[in-house]
Amino acid sequence: MTARVGIVVFPGSNCELDCQRSFDRLGARTEFVWHDDRALPDVDIVVLPGGFAHGDYLRTGALARFSPIMHAVAEHAAAGKLLIGICNGFQVLCEAGLLPGALRKNEGLKFLCKWTELSVEVPGTPYTARAERGQVLRVPINHFEGNWYADPDTLERMRAHDQIVLRYVKNPNGSLDGVAGISNETGNVLGLMPHPERACESLLGSEDGAVIFGSMLDHVAHLRATPAPV
Amino acid sequence: MTRTAHVHRDLGLTDDEFQAICGRIGREPTYTELAMFSVMWSEHCSYKSSRVHLKSLPTEGDRILVGPGEGAGIIEVADGVAVAWKIESHNHPSFVEPFNGAATGVGGIVRDILSMGARPIALMDPLRFGPLDDARTRYVVDGVVHGISSYGNSIGVPTVGGETVFEECYAENPLVNVACLGVVDTKLMHGRAEVPGQIAILFGSSTGRDGIGGASVLASAEFDEDSLDKRPSVQVGDPFSEKLLIECSLELIKRDLIASFQDLGAGGISCPTSEMTAKGGTGIRIDLGNVHRRETSMEPFEVMISESQERMLAVVEPERVDEVLEVCAKWGLEAHALGDITKTGRVEVLDGSRVVADVPSLALAEEGPVYERAIERPRWIADINAAPSGDQAPEHYGRTFLTMMASPQIASKRWVWEQYDHMIFLGTVIGPGGDAAVIRLPGTETAVAISTDGPGRLCMLNPYEGARHAVAEAARNVATVGARPTAITNCLNFGSPERGEVMWQFSEVVRGIGDACRALGTPVTGGNVSFYNETNGRPIYPTPVIGMLGILGEPAAAVGVGFRDEGDAILLLGATNLGDFGGSEYGKIVNDAVGGVPPRLDMDSERALHEVLIGGAGEGLFNSAHDLSGGGLAVALAECAFASRRGFSVQVGGTEPHRALYSESPSRAVVSCAQGLVDEVLALAGSHSVAAEVIGAVGGDLCDFSVFALGLEEARSVWEGGLSDHLSATMGRDGD
Repeated sequence: MTARVGIVVFPGSNCELDCQRSFDRLGARTEFVWHDDRALPDVDIVVLPGGFAHGDYLRTGALARFSPIMHAVAEHAAAGKLLIGICNGFQVLCEAGLLPGALRKNEGLKFLCKWTELSVEVPGTPYTARAERGQVLRVPINHFEGNWYADPDTLERMRAHDQIVLRYVKNPNGSLDGVAGISNETGNVLGLMPHPERACESLLGSEDGAVIFGSMLDHVAHLRATPAPV
Repeated sequence: MTRTAHVHRDLGLTDDEFQAICGRIGREPTYTELAMFSVMWSEHCSYKSSRVHLKSLPTEGDRILVGPGEGAGIIEVADGVAVAWKIESHNHPSFVEPFNGAATGVGGIVRDILSMGARPIALMDPLRFGPLDDARTRYVVDGVVHGISSYGNSIGVPTVGGETVFEECYAENPLVNVACLGVVDTKLMHGRAEVPGQIAILFGSSTGRDGIGGASVLASAEFDEDSLDKRPSVQVGDPFSEKLLIECSLELIKRDLIASFQDLGAGGISCPTSEMTAKGGTGIRIDLGNVHRRETSMEPFEVMISESQERMLAVVEPERVDEVLEVCAKWGLEAHALGDITKTGRVEVLDGSRVVADVPSLALAEEGPVYERAIERPRWIADINAAPSGDQAPEHYGRTFLTMMASPQIASKRWVWEQYDHMIFLGTVIGPGGDAAVIRLPGTETAVAISTDGPGRLCMLNPYEGARHAVAEAARNVATVGARPTAITNCLNFGSPERGEVMWQFSEVVRGIGDACRALGTPVTGGNVSFYNETNGRPIYPTPVIGMLGILGEPAAAVGVGFRDEGDAILLLGATNLGDFGGSEYGKIVNDAVGGVPPRLDMDSERALHEVLIGGAGEGLFNSAHDLSGGGLAVALAECAFASRRGFSVQVGGTEPHRALYSESPSRAVVSCAQGLVDEVLALAGSHSVAAEVIGAVGGDLCDFSVFALGLEEARSVWEGGLSDHLSATMGRDGD
């Protein structure tokens, strides 16, 4: 059975169609979930896509965390299911307290849209099962506020729990410790600034994003085959 | 004097125009009516000086579904797939207030595309500024790029290309043009209100005092020292509202809830109320009390001409009103029924029970003045054509090459385009930095190639020839990636039409565009005229910016700029005239000369080159292709090498090798191919009578021109830093 993917659409989201296309190409069944809804449909994976939710007014992600759907999203994560926040979605997850740290303006104080190389620091997670340790993935970034920060104690604890999942090979934005993507302690929630959905087709320059999305679909398929707690 | 007679001049209307209005409506206009006429009859909205010339342009073709006169031209690019393509200017607002001026320029063109029922899927930004050694220019560049980045990125439309040109004549009058490509989503829409009894609904942002008189005060007058006081006439954009407006509008069309609609741009509410009813043979009666506002105590005239952004006017069946309002509410957009479509043929405006305007739609929208302005060929043309073109040999070949590559004009524009989201929608097969952007249309396997070009310097030397070059080069760019040039949109940027020499330039440019488009089979689907681009009596170069659209059946067949495989043969296609230095980059950058005549351009040779480029791409012969333009062969080869970081060695001969290196003869390209395919490429070129010769091979870590050679990385870093060194350092020093 195919994995079901719910893509949350906030007013101002703009990467929802791209996430849909790339998950569809990998054989998932996608549907959009409006931010104003209070319940999620029956889905295995929730995606918070990139964009400018609620216009990014006040602070990126600061208003989106109050969208009604976010209670259900938090419950989905608490149940151990997969939740990925991409770019603005990552910012929303940090604001919502579902991931540690915060995202500041890029070091160069410019918006940056460019290809980056990511090193897989923690293989074997639901997001990196298809990758080897240290494997380099070519995935583009597209953000103004991608400069991740956490206090030293938090960073230390995250390292100890293998939560620094993806690092930039060459840090583009000043992100602490070169962080490109992090997970929560239990590993089922991932936030990353790069856009895997933009790197799922060789015509567009890379298929490495499919390593991440494909790993997620493998994970769901595996759970289906062996229905046991994570 | 009457109450209104002394104010029409402040609103930008001449005494004759005022008299014409009185004659047409049989009385003196009310203040609100006068304000409405002032925007609808402005140069910007009425094309009163350009119309007589523009009608000579070819506008018809097999693939043209909608030509000039609507929100955007519509071109059928494959069975059942239609795209909208249009270019606009936002020059004056961007000088007065760079960030918001440029941002709202993006917003305006996007709504033009949306008004046709098309989803905006790509933007291009042809930009022209003064030299970067001026602090205010650096401020304008940074503000404009930031404005485009901020707005375009937020609304989720990729900015996939454009131009960034630096020339003294744009120092106090930068050109900020914006082109937008859209794909018709559910069905083609028209801005036409044809059925009396239908309801007009205004939705989107609230109406305020921003942008009062933007069309008449800003866009239709030249600048002087006091121009910065016009800042309140610049609109302020809210990209978040625009994004919601896009999604809401497309949902309304998809659910078949609206009969027609149009965006509110220049002229505010006056514009769609008069234009939609004039086109549909109807009238409209609206109550200003139904306009949602962001400011209190606005005068009726302010409400009628405010250019507040992110607003649309939809015309719907009465029984659909509630559903339309619901969809708007879902997207968080305020919406109100503004009034009814009538049979009267008039725009009737009520403020409560008071009638503040009641004039014929046609008078506002279609019966504006048409001027046959005086034309005078300037005497200085002969002098500048006789002036040196700067073609003398360099003192040192290597250093001169690096000087060329480092000049902001030729240097990498990465600093600009990395600030733009150029990838969203998963359609950018070739993005910024290529000859043309190649965009795969969502949900299809059809791609289009788009490019903009506007050789102002050549047009200054000879407007007719310069305009032909503009069209030919834009077409060449599109053909270089493998696409067939199909249609153009144009943005004609000129000085004041009230000067004979400017109108001569304008008429010559339009004649040149028309001839070139007929020769290349690329009709004009519309565009925009921007006059009054002058400050303190100094006009810009005549600058027609041509937006070319080409069709590429198979996205994977697109050919990029970068050399691909070591050992590939490098071929030069097309003939080089060693004397083509008139208006060249070499002449300007190396010898500080702007003079001579534009290179001779033969349209048969140009078309033949396109056939070779399109044919070779279709058959998969080329591993790279790049057209030759500013800086000639030397710059083109370097750009091929930099794009993929692969060196090359070529043989450049002659007693004066700089001529072969830097001459700017048109109708040329460099391609690379596997050695085993060289004969096939030569045969293909021969079959179209296009000169072709193998000039060298890909490989190594040098840019080796035989007369001199430089390390690839050394040259590349100079080219990469040429623009960003100016701007990054400046911004650090001067703050924002």
